Amino acid sequence: MTVRVLLFASYADAIGASELSLKLPAGARVRDVLSRVKELAAGKRIPDHPLVAVNERYADENQQVTASDEVAIIPPVAGG
Amino acid sequence: MRGAIVDRPIDPAALLAEVASPSNGATVLFVGTVRDMNDGTRVTGLDYTAYRAMAERELRDILAEAGERFATSDIVVEHRIGALGLGDASVVIAVAHPHRGEAYEASRYVIEELKGRLPIWKREHYADRKPEWVAATIGASSP
Repeated sequence: MTVRVLLFASYADAIGASELSLKLPAGARVRDVLSRVKELAAGKRIPDHPLVAVNERYADENQQVTASDEVAIIPPVAGG
Repeated sequence: MRGAIVDRPIDPAALLAEVASPSNGATVLFVGTVRDMNDGTRVTGLDYTAYRAMAERELRDILAEAGERFATSDIVVEHRIGALGLGDASVVIAVAHPHRGEAYEASRYVIEELKGRLPIWKREHYADRKPEWVAATIGASSP
């Protein structure tokens, strides 16, 4: 399946993209998405356990993802 | 209750008017503004960027929580994104309640929760070096 991954702010700058399409096996979890991102050339610049959201809700690394999900890797937030 | 991420200047008076009601005896207005110093470095401006759909959804959750905790539906919040200059309002919260205690507490709840939860980031511009993304500043150095 192909999963859409969004990157923001410092993470988008680090990877050089604000959106990725990653091919993952069915049943993949958030941690598998993170592993795949970490394998990218600039992936080392993303921390091992960043905040992640699935479909606009904060999610933990065990959460399963499906092809229609939107996964976002969230840098430390700084609103206000 | 209403929460929005906006890319235009915020009008605090409009938010005050929005929560006004004869049943309320207290209205608290919080205005967060762009400061000229951060950690001893002179700041000349900020760019805010957001995961907008999630930020608006999370803001709605925070407002619902505050409304339930403090028994009021008269809460309006706007958070601005884009390029802001010194002194510009980045976030404005208006809370009205029959009593001042709850109005202050609800306002405080909303600002602390939104600083910790909204997927919004800021890049500071400096007088003497390249812009940088800034990590969260929860606590003493918060507005």
